[in-house]
Amino acid sequence: MPVQLFVTCLVNSLYPDVGKATVALLERAGHEVEFPVDQTCCGQPSFNGGFAAEAKQQARQTLDVLDATEGPIVVPSGSCAAMIIHHNPELLHDDPDYLAKAERVAARTHELTQFLAADGDPGTPVAGAATTTYHASCHALRWLGVLEEPKRLLDDAGVDRIELAGEDECCGFGGLFSIKAPEVSGAMMNTKIDQIEASGAEVVVGVDVSCLLHIAGGLRRRGSTIRVRHVAEMLAGDAE
Amino acid sequence: MTTFRNRVQDAFATGVPIAIDRGARGHYDKRVKAAAVFPQMEDMRDRARVIRAEVIASLDEVLAEFADAVAARGGKVFFAADAAEANDYIVNLARAEGVSRAVKVKSMVTEEIELNAALEAAGIEAVETDLGEFIVQLAGEKPSHIIAPVLHKDRYAVGELLAEQLGVPYTDDPTELNDIARKHLRSRFLSAEMGISGVNMAVAEDGAVALVTNEGNGRLCTTAPQIHVAVMGMERLVRTRDDLAVILEVLARSATGQGLSVYTNIVTGPRRSGEPDGPDQFHVVIVDNGRSATLGSRVAEILYCIRCGACLNACPVYRHVGGHPYATTYPGPIGKVLTPSLYGLEEWHELPATSSLCGACQEVCPVRIDIPKLLVELRQQSTGHMPRSIRVGLAGFAWVSTRPRLYRTLTRFVAFFGRWWSKDGWLRHVPFLLRGWRIDRDVPAPAPETFNDWWRKRGA
Ligand code: SF4
Repeated sequence: MPVQLFVTCLVNSLYPDVGKATVALLERAGHEVEFPVDQTCCGQPSFNGGFAAEAKQQARQTLDVLDATEGPIVVPSGSCAAMIIHHNPELLHDDPDYLAKAERVAARTHELTQFLAADGDPGTPVAGAATTTYHASCHALRWLGVLEEPKRLLDDAGVDRIELAGEDECCGFGGLFSIKAPEVSGAMMNTKIDQIEASGAEVVVGVDVSCLLHIAGGLRRRGSTIRVRHVAEMLAGDAE
Repeated sequence: MTTFRNRVQDAFATGVPIAIDRGARGHYDKRVKAAAVFPQMEDMRDRARVIRAEVIASLDEVLAEFADAVAARGGKVFFAADAAEANDYIVNLARAEGVSRAVKVKSMVTEEIELNAALEAAGIEAVETDLGEFIVQLAGEKPSHIIAPVLHKDRYAVGELLAEQLGVPYTDDPTELNDIARKHLRSRFLSAEMGISGVNMAVAEDGAVALVTNEGNGRLCTTAPQIHVAVMGMERLVRTRDDLAVILEVLARSATGQGLSVYTNIVTGPRRSGEPDGPDQFHVVIVDNGRSATLGSRVAEILYCIRCGACLNACPVYRHVGGHPYATTYPGPIGKVLTPSLYGLEEWHELPATSSLCGACQEVCPVRIDIPKLLVELRQQSTGHMPRSIRVGLAGFAWVSTRPRLYRTLTRFVAFFGRWWSKDGWLRHVPFLLRGWRIDRDVPAPAPETFNDWWRKRGA
């Protein structure tokens, strides 16, 4: 059975390399990857912002596209996976047709590292020994329980990984929150970056490009040489 | 009123006390340790949630049972529809009984109704006897945390305040500071005619009210004066003593990491004949003040709250700004839901927006309130207050999202033109909408080719 890739709007437009790395990993694990080209945005930004009508439009579009496919759906983003798995059924609870679709699709959807870990992916050693640390994105961690899977995959791939003190503290992104309350958001980000710098890591990895772009934006402004990568890129051997 | 953002900017400009972050993290760590050595913790949280959910679902009935039980024990119950009614009742009672001084045990609901101001206006001295609350009162400030009112001050600041206000020699030794406060308060305990407390949990089956404190002041306030007035939010109930036991198991652990707080007082009615001490009168003031409306709303779950303060300690926003920028009695995650639901979104729509929805609050809440979900619910009710650019932008994006061909065309267009706006993968200028980012963040540029296009070329 094929694996359906839901790549997310941010990966599509900002970080296509994360999508390419995801394809490489899935194919390496022996899966046939399909990419439904009519997918757009899952609606998470609208949903979190309280824009339910907009979120519903996007959720229905996503569900129409994904429900027409078969096989597991893999998402290289904890927050978008959490949207599809948890929030779509909430959002569409009073829409019987789409609720059924939402539940069917939710049952097929997996965050990338959880999918790979459950797959028993033995990991392929990655070249380059940059010291790496893992930041736990909030939605992946608290809505999906993603924490050990990416770490284990990195370890199995022979990545030199060190623990990040405060790994489960929010980086302060939160979508619209960073626009509505940029000072607090920035203070949270600076705490996170202090923790990353204090860890001694050369690369910080995560499972959600939204948090990663926030952290990367702050690191770059500081002139830091610490690199920011998605776990998929690390595992696919693309840490540079 | 100033905006939350202004108040945060002010707080940052003057420096948010380091004590806030340290204090909140300290309590958080203690909670983690307490939960680790209490294997039943998760099970108790489940039970606590069920207990509170059932009470809130049948609150009318439970309240009636409680009121009858208090009356049967010789106590008086007063239902106050709002803050003014509650304050009037207490002030009138104090006047009728010739009270000139009242001693108080820390209570957030009396902060909420601003009882101290009402008493002072009537010429009745109100003395806070909880050390932290006493310090806040001396400083003329508001509590910055629902269980640790003085979290924003370290012991040096407290030492300076006591030296200045009480004319004692400066010290920053915690034991000495405690002694100073104790000496100052002792005489007031003995001369006060009225003791005022909050209620941590009231028990419907026998009309008892439970008070948990870590200082002996609660016990003194509720036994030494002839009149004890207990003020409670309308929702602070459990049905039975057994249920109370479950709540107590999770309350102190979540709040301070203690298995049980140092003092747990269970007060049932005034002194009965044959009893050596206790007040002659026992009054319970049950405060609605917006709670009925909350009960009938889509965020009624917030009424499960047992006011442990764990969500404040876990909250990264709270840790960075402290309690005061929230400008409400209840700061932090609990306050972001409770304040707008008690007083209305019209005035308080900002608070639900000031969260990254990280979920740290929900992870620690002893009654597992889904705070992020409630925040989203309140956001849904207040989108009209969002900036127009965001409203229009999201509506446009959603519209495009339902038209995949157009979406592909537009994202390709953005990818193509992105090269003029960017350098090395970063935007050269931070867009206007993200102007708040300018100080400390760069913004990534769109990639030259979308994933969608790459995939379609790859297949071709
Ligand atoms: S919402 Fe939960 S964690 Fe926060 S104060 Fe209330 S009971 Fe405690």
